[in-house]
Amino acid sequence: MAGATTLNWAGAMQADAAVRFESREATREAPWVKWTILGISLTFFAVFLLLPLVAVFIEALRKGWGTYGSALVHEDALWAIKLTLTAAVIAVPLNLVFGVCAAWAIAKFEFRGKHFLITLIDLPFSVSPVIAGLIYVLIFGAQGWLGPWLADHDIRIIFAVPGIVLATVFVTFPFVARELIPLMQAQGREEEEAAIVLGANGWQTFWYVTLPNIKWGLLYGVILCNARAMGEFGAVSVVSGHIRGQTNTLPLHVEILYNEYQFAAAFAVASLLALLALVTLAIKTWVEHRAGGGNRSREAHQDAAS
Amino acid sequence: MSIQVRNIRKTFGDFVALDDVSLDFPTGELVALLGPSGCGKTTLLRIIAGLEQAESGQVLLDGDDASGTHVRERQVGFVFQHYALFRHMSVFDNVAFGMRMKPRGQRPSERQIRDKVHELLDLVQLDWLADRFPAQLSGGQRQRIALARALAVEPRVLLLDEPFGALDAKVRKELRRWLRKLHDELHITSIFVTHDQEEALEVADRVVLMDRGHVEQIGTPEEVYRQPATPFVYGFLGSVNFFHGRVEDNALRVGDDVLPSAQQEFDAGSEVIAFARPHELDLLADAHANTGVAARVTRILAFGVTARIELDGLNGASGQHFEVELTQQRVAELNLAEGQAVRLIPSHLKVFERNGITGATA
Repeated sequence: MAGATTLNWAGAMQADAAVRFESREATREAPWVKWTILGISLTFFAVFLLLPLVAVFIEALRKGWGTYGSALVHEDALWAIKLTLTAAVIAVPLNLVFGVCAAWAIAKFEFRGKHFLITLIDLPFSVSPVIAGLIYVLIFGAQGWLGPWLADHDIRIIFAVPGIVLATVFVTFPFVARELIPLMQAQGREEEEAAIVLGANGWQTFWYVTLPNIKWGLLYGVILCNARAMGEFGAVSVVSGHIRGQTNTLPLHVEILYNEYQFAAAFAVASLLALLALVTLAIKTWVEHRAGGGNRSREAHQDAAS
Repeated sequence: MSIQVRNIRKTFGDFVALDDVSLDFPTGELVALLGPSGCGKTTLLRIIAGLEQAESGQVLLDGDDASGTHVRERQVGFVFQHYALFRHMSVFDNVAFGMRMKPRGQRPSERQIRDKVHELLDLVQLDWLADRFPAQLSGGQRQRIALARALAVEPRVLLLDEPFGALDAKVRKELRRWLRKLHDELHITSIFVTHDQEEALEVADRVVLMDRGHVEQIGTPEEVYRQPATPFVYGFLGSVNFFHGRVEDNALRVGDDVLPSAQQEFDAGSEVIAFARPHELDLLADAHANTGVAARVTRILAFGVTARIELDGLNGASGQHFEVELTQQRVAELNLAEGQAVRLIPSHLKVFERNGITGATA
């Protein structure tokens, strides 16, 4: 396979270059510089990343596996898990569709207000999650714009599941679109044009040409989106009302337990979230590896073309 | 199928890509759209395909106005400069794509598709690559696959956008001979865009020269090369020397110098620009002769069958560079040396009036 050999060769080249750079007197840094930089980064990594992660699991298991298990199978904890998963299951597919549509529109078409749309997509990243939550309270809350109308029709959004889902959708909106826009822009429109000239309709073009080209980027965006959907605290906290067994997501449940001095239980639930994060990271790394391989073979393809 | 374009106009912001262009492409011919980058040739091709919309004017396919016809119903084959192969599909799937996308009623069976794909891959002589992916092919192979893919839907016309533009010189030359041969077998009406004059002259039945949104000349390769209609065409097809001058009786005055030239078309005193190809110039070793344009030899390149002499203009043509092609024998006769002052004498001059064309030739 020509692609694979090019790939390995490129990888070997890079490793080779690094080794050569290090082994030569003329290009080598003084040992103390090298070890200082390595030391700083490793210390930082250990103190700020590894230590808290380990602490979560140690604290969670401080009172033994029994307490740990019972904290996780407690009725309120199970409900929180269910609610968190529900919010993610609704928010992620919605943002998948929104994200693909937005990225498609921005990357493949010229229209008025395009820059405005690009800026708007980033809004959930730039605004504080608390404000995101407050926006929904102001719109749907009892004193909000639509509050009286909703109350008349007996629809509950704030301090109920719909509010949590809305807040989650809002804060996780940019992930998929942000991931896809540069990818789609780099790929250009030629393959789609080729498909249309060959007689494919819009749906066929998307399904057989566009989607296969963006699938790894899309999956990567979805994973990040999912991680954030399950971990979101600020915005959800504002709209949830913290009703146990009704509107408590996992992060909110951790906070409540902690405030009630049930440290072991709080850390047990927190360890569950940490575990989810680790699994997400593992999948993300795998996807990145796959997508990166794709990118590199594309580069090789372009090199060969020029 | 014949193609006609009528009064096509297209602008991008302030830039006029096509200004009232009308052209006829007769059935079965291979036509080259030739011009420098930005002359509107690719835009015209994309308008014919339907990938771009003209602001005004019509595209007639077989005499019918195609303005309302969607790209996928125009039955055109389009070959892109950068191939645009579907990178995640094998060569086989790439070629089969057009047939598989047909509505259920018109779609051939998988067996028919397989036979057709292999037939096309045989035609482009790449059947052994059917299972490969585009990234595993060389540029020349990719472009041939792209051509097979375009032919799979049995297009009525074939449009090629700088098909060999991204390939190296040797492969280019090979592919263009091959394209000519393929066209002679298939006789499908084809238009290809190129900025390479050699490519256009070698491959096409007919060449359309374009510059800045206008058609400058249409003709067979022989015609446009031998009888350029405008200074632009003269300058674009091959190397050229030019002299700014004024017409006098039986002569052309260039600054202080005089070129012998009998001009019937122009009145005495009119400002003109005269062109001569490198092989249409001769040198006089006597720098004080009273005829010819004074110039100084800067380089003698004597390695080919013919020798190429590069010169800088003196007197009337100072600041200009000239290129002269002489036989080795003539160079020996003249006993030329670098730095020597000589006089340029044209054996043939093509003269155009200078009004309004200075920009085109500067």
